[in-house]
Amino acid sequence: MSRKGLKNHQNSFALLRLMVAILIAVGITVAIIFSISKEPGTAIYNLFLGPLQSKRHFFNVLESSIPLMFTGLALSIVFKSGNFSMIADGALYMGGAVAAAIAIKMSLPAGIHPIGMILAAAAVGAVIGSIPAILKVKYHANELVTSLMLNNVFFFSGIYIVNKYLIDRSAGTFASLKYEPTSSLGNLVSGTKLHYGFLIAIAAAVLLYILVYKTKFGYEIRLVGSNPEFAKHTGINIGKVIILTQMLAGAIAGIGGAVEQAGMYNRFNWQDSPSYAWDGVIITILAGNNPKLVPIAAFFLGYIRVGADLMSRRSDVQNELVAIVQAVLILFITAERFLAVLKQRQESKKALSSYGE
Amino acid sequence: MELLLDILNTLTLPEFYFAMFRSATPVLLTTLGAIIASRSGSSNIALEGTMLMSAFTGVVVSAFTQNAWIGLLGAMLAGFLMSNILAYFALKLKSNIIISGIALNTFALGGTIFFLYLITGEKGASTSLPSLKLPSINIPIIKDIPVIGQILSGHHVLTYIALILVFVVWAMFKYTKLGMHIRAVGESPEAMESVGVSVKKIKYIALSLSGILAGMGGAFLSMGYVGLFSSGMTAGRGYIALATQAIAAGNAIVGLFTSLLFGFCESLSNYLQGASIPLQFVQLMPYLMITIAYTWYCSHKHKQKLKKQRLMQGE
Amino acid sequence: MKQKILEARKITKVYPGGVVANHEVQLDIYEGEIHALVGENGAGKSTLMKMLFGMTSPTSGEIFIRDEQVEFTSSKDAIAKGIGMVHQHFMQVPSMTVAENLILGAEPTKKGLVDRKEAVNVTEKLSKAYNLKVDAKAQVENISLAMRQKLEILKALYRGAKILILDEPTAVLTPQETEELFEQLKLLREKGHTIIFISHKLNEVKALCNRMTILRDGKTMGTYEMSDLTEQEISRLMVGRDVNLNMEKSAPNFGKTVISVKDLVYVNQFGKQKVDHVSFSIREGQILGIAGIDGNGQSELVEVIVGALKQSAGEIRLKGQDISKLPILKRQEAGISHVSEDRMKYGSAPKLSLEDNAISKIYYTNELKSYGLLSNKKIAAFTERILKDFKVKYDHNKQSIGELSGGNIQKLIVGREYEYNPELLIINQPTRGVDVGAIEFIRKKILDMRERRKAILLVSADLSEILSLSDSILVMHEGKIVGYIEDAKTATENELGLYMLGVKQDSKEKLGGAYHE
Repeated sequence: MSRKGLKNHQNSFALLRLMVAILIAVGITVAIIFSISKEPGTAIYNLFLGPLQSKRHFFNVLESSIPLMFTGLALSIVFKSGNFSMIADGALYMGGAVAAAIAIKMSLPAGIHPIGMILAAAAVGAVIGSIPAILKVKYHANELVTSLMLNNVFFFSGIYIVNKYLIDRSAGTFASLKYEPTSSLGNLVSGTKLHYGFLIAIAAAVLLYILVYKTKFGYEIRLVGSNPEFAKHTGINIGKVIILTQMLAGAIAGIGGAVEQAGMYNRFNWQDSPSYAWDGVIITILAGNNPKLVPIAAFFLGYIRVGADLMSRRSDVQNELVAIVQAVLILFITAERFLAVLKQRQESKKALSSYGE
Repeated sequence: MELLLDILNTLTLPEFYFAMFRSATPVLLTTLGAIIASRSGSSNIALEGTMLMSAFTGVVVSAFTQNAWIGLLGAMLAGFLMSNILAYFALKLKSNIIISGIALNTFALGGTIFFLYLITGEKGASTSLPSLKLPSINIPIIKDIPVIGQILSGHHVLTYIALILVFVVWAMFKYTKLGMHIRAVGESPEAMESVGVSVKKIKYIALSLSGILAGMGGAFLSMGYVGLFSSGMTAGRGYIALATQAIAAGNAIVGLFTSLLFGFCESLSNYLQGASIPLQFVQLMPYLMITIAYTWYCSHKHKQKLKKQRLMQGE
Repeated sequence: MKQKILEARKITKVYPGGVVANHEVQLDIYEGEIHALVGENGAGKSTLMKMLFGMTSPTSGEIFIRDEQVEFTSSKDAIAKGIGMVHQHFMQVPSMTVAENLILGAEPTKKGLVDRKEAVNVTEKLSKAYNLKVDAKAQVENISLAMRQKLEILKALYRGAKILILDEPTAVLTPQETEELFEQLKLLREKGHTIIFISHKLNEVKALCNRMTILRDGKTMGTYEMSDLTEQEISRLMVGRDVNLNMEKSAPNFGKTVISVKDLVYVNQFGKQKVDHVSFSIREGQILGIAGIDGNGQSELVEVIVGALKQSAGEIRLKGQDISKLPILKRQEAGISHVSEDRMKYGSAPKLSLEDNAISKIYYTNELKSYGLLSNKKIAAFTERILKDFKVKYDHNKQSIGELSGGNIQKLIVGREYEYNPELLIINQPTRGVDVGAIEFIRKKILDMRERRKAILLVSADLSEILSLSDSILVMHEGKIVGYIEDAKTATENELGLYMLGVKQDSKEKLGGAYHE
């Protein structure tokens, strides 16, 4: 087999698995819709093609993909380093709350104001992100367990900040005072809600890609994640890499919270923690933990989200169906032995034919 | 100071300790499940979703059969199914068990709302379903003892079942074939495989048991005192069980105490909601306490290891 | 003619990833014999045994027991057919007792619960019957390796094994323990058991076995009566040529001292002194070989020198500089290259690309950068240079290194360390599990380093490798240096063997010759 042929063969196997996973997910979705809906045609049409029906809906996809990109990016480097911290959730929430505080309490010129929010959120996110990492490196506590616990701690801390300093008692529901108008990120395309955060997210993806694949630190992240023993023998300070990676991830998630507030909201009303961090898991998995592909994966998830929204508004099928689709996708894409029979058969054929050369 | 008085006041109330057992129950059941899974060498992060799915199933089944016990069975069956899906992907298809667990949690969170709407036309809670609760039990003799009776009697049936199960699980590891096999599989899977016992099978069984126990934990939430299902009602208790399990280091009896620690924190925070400190601090306290206890435990364990090493190395 | 009790017919095994471990292997075992299965590391012995014990299934081929074809889907099937296996790495649960381990999977029960008393009884009875002494109530993590091995044999017997497979059982034993084991095995033979003895130590095989089957590169090289072959002939069949292949080597011409190690001690986490006051030096243009049976402290010595383990006492000087407190990276920068014995665990990241694995020594230097970022072009050029110079067979730069064969992975790793142009090359088991072509190539490259006036520390359990490459030889036994041969040309395999087994021990004065400032 030629060199090129083989390379394509391996990539095509990963692609095949992705495609089959998507097919299964689509199949299950359609099956569920047909079995519960009185108007399956409308539901399916809106789910899969709804976002393409109008300019507004298509831009909705882009808007909703922005926070997903940030958490997808944050988790991509955490996973790449072989760790399983979910602290992006707490970092994003606190990032949003801190950004809200700056949006309400400080008066800064337009343009500068959102930058201040973003920087503050990044700093807070970095500190939060570092905690499970430090607990792991210094005290050998599993980062998944501590991050899951601490997410609650930071969620309630965020609520406290808003409740104590920013709350609008006259709003009737849980909501902060209105943001200063200068805090808005501004629209990227007029007539839509798509804001400059989209460009920030894309830029973050590009920078992170460069970091992971083109710098010393990125190489260290990948080596630590792939084989820590080898990384140690290479002379890498593993603890430092783990802490810095999760600080960076926390900062990115924090920025995600601030950008979302500055771009989409005029007051803080996250009464529950948005599930962006958990969505980040599926995004980074779809992207194969490669930051470069995160925007595409986020677009994909944003697309089915908007489609599901339209479906639930226009038919009798609820948008929580997406959670089922998401779960099925994650399960099958990460199933290493799924379809492996095909791969193995080919490998053993090739090995035997070249044996004894 | 005022706060300290509030706390001291609370600690003298028998009702407080009653509430501690009540809060600890779902976490304890799930902790026992987590212990079994972890001793077999799997970390079942899907317990959170399993509890949720079971809480939902219990309510629905009890509403349709009008029998609370069948509802409980339904919840346990749901737990069994969830953990078997996890086992299938992690053991058979070699997925990363953490990521598959996250997928199942996503599935449970959205899926329960999806199906709740299908059945009731509502997304928040199952108020319109005529679901049933499992009974509470007064223990003869003990119930008449002052203070102790107030604390230990009159609990929900699942609370007593959970306490009994603590000893059942403990005895299982100590005295039964299955328990021995689960320990062996977790500690040295090759050893188990080499004597002709299927490691996969044992891990399947261990995960199934963990799912069933988490299912009972979920049933307690929806069929205990509240008597309805509301979306996301587990609120991270499945994750807490991972932490309490880790601190218990595989020992069911220690697991009882770590679960009670959580119960203590949660019921304290419930009692202090009217106190002079902000509500959110009270709410975050159980999570913070568990984090601290867990981190302390890990650090302690590591130090012990180093100490033993140093002792051995004769430094 | 005795009855054939076990036959493997045309067994082929291909592992996922495409490694051919066995190719049409033929094995015939007669009842009541001790049958040796010999071959070098990586010849496919362990794979064949795993298939006979049902731990993995053959890609093709058949297995017969007493002329009845069998198919094992798990060890359970093999055990049911009377096969027992004593693995090289003991299959035991450390936190459980000897008796619990013995009964694991086949527990005696009373009222549905595990009967621990009965377990102890059975253990003691069996222990007596076969003269294999164990302490039934001791926890496995607290007993000696020799006792663990006995437990492993008892486990097989408890399950009714008629055919016992022992995978390199002497690797972890002292000479006395080895002798004791042989007596016990002979007793087992007398009692009618059949034994398959896997080894690559010819003297042991000669002393114990009736017949032998030789494996090489996954193929059978025939089955012979012990008396039919001389050791030379066996060696030739095992490695495909005379053992003492003489590498062409220039006359020694040593320069200044590069590294000197003085009184190095390392105590491991179990309190065992794995490196016991080791001293030596190596000069420019010198290859110092360290011989020894696996597990006698060689690996720990290497890990301490490269900085992966912290020494308990002693000093390491590289070109006069004390490096014993420096972290790994600083030691590398001071001029150390290291080829680790376990290339998949410590020497590479199997899932990363050839490029990523090739640049691990210099990824942070400016050599690979343009405009401050790592340059694809430069990385590719650097990687391809190594791949070409070291004749690595590969498909493309971006494929993961785990897809290559062992020999090709090793060539890439040696190339990476060679390319670093160190003052000192430490190379541990350079040709373990590597095909013949690669062996020769890697050895030539090591001599090449010598020509370039580098100091080389060669650790190998393969005596022919030590003898053909080294200028001087040290032998390690139980953490100590027991032998020093200043001029390797005067050494014989026999002599080294005596040192390795702890039979011969040089005087302090003679050993002192290995160290100089």
